Amino acid sequence: MRQRHASRATRRAREFEAFVAGAAGRLLHAATLLTAEAPDDNPRARRLLTRSLAHTYASWDRLRGEDPYDRTRQHLATRFARGAWHHHGGLGRSRPHPAGQLAPLTPQERLILVLRLYEGVAEEQTAALLGLSPERVRAICHRATTTLLHRRRDPAPAVTAAKAVPS
Amino acid sequence: MRGNDREAAVRRLLEQAPRAVPPEIHAEAVRRGGRMLRRRTLARRALWLLLFAATVAFTVWALTARPWVEPPSHTTPPLTGW
Repeated sequence: MRQRHASRATRRAREFEAFVAGAAGRLLHAATLLTAEAPDDNPRARRLLTRSLAHTYASWDRLRGEDPYDRTRQHLATRFARGAWHHHGGLGRSRPHPAGQLAPLTPQERLILVLRLYEGVAEEQTAALLGLSPERVRAICHRATTTLLHRRRDPAPAVTAAKAVPS
Repeated sequence: MRGNDREAAVRRLLEQAPRAVPPEIHAEAVRRGGRMLRRRTLARRALWLLLFAATVAFTVWALTARPWVEPPSHTTPPLTGW
């Protein structure tokens, strides 16, 4: 019994290490995009990723064929949505690191943009994950794309344009 | 097709050369995940223990109190003096 337990623990550690080696880079970039931090200075994204990976590690033996990457990404998204909801309500007003590419967007727009376009999650799945309707996800994604491309084309009035866009 | 172009532009904007992941993320995730596993194991054990204790207590009470035995009647006065 104890031996079986130990062998399972070592197998879990090995598999998890391989998973992190393969997936953490992409997930960290996704998290950095979500938190709109600079790629070199992303403490919040690292914290987010660490917590999500810890959850994946804890449920590793109960995955039963489910994709651990999927699980971690889901956890990342829901944790970010919850965190953005209750302690970054005023993110648009006080943003300590306005360095990320997605800084002009609201947290929800960033989340949907990253899930849909960077991670390639289907519209219905994104909607189900966030508890929105697919039409709403499409509309938010469209609006975020517009904001981003518009701002990129003429960066001079970007600050006023980004502020004028309703959240 | 206009929408696809825009999405492709945003995808290019989001894509980036992969950066090295700091190794402490893996270590910290394993530490936290291991702690969560240990806590879950402890909680499960405690719940099983509680269930076991409750079963034992119920059995002991049932054997001593014997709630299925009809209690002696106290309403009929004893039949004496005839």
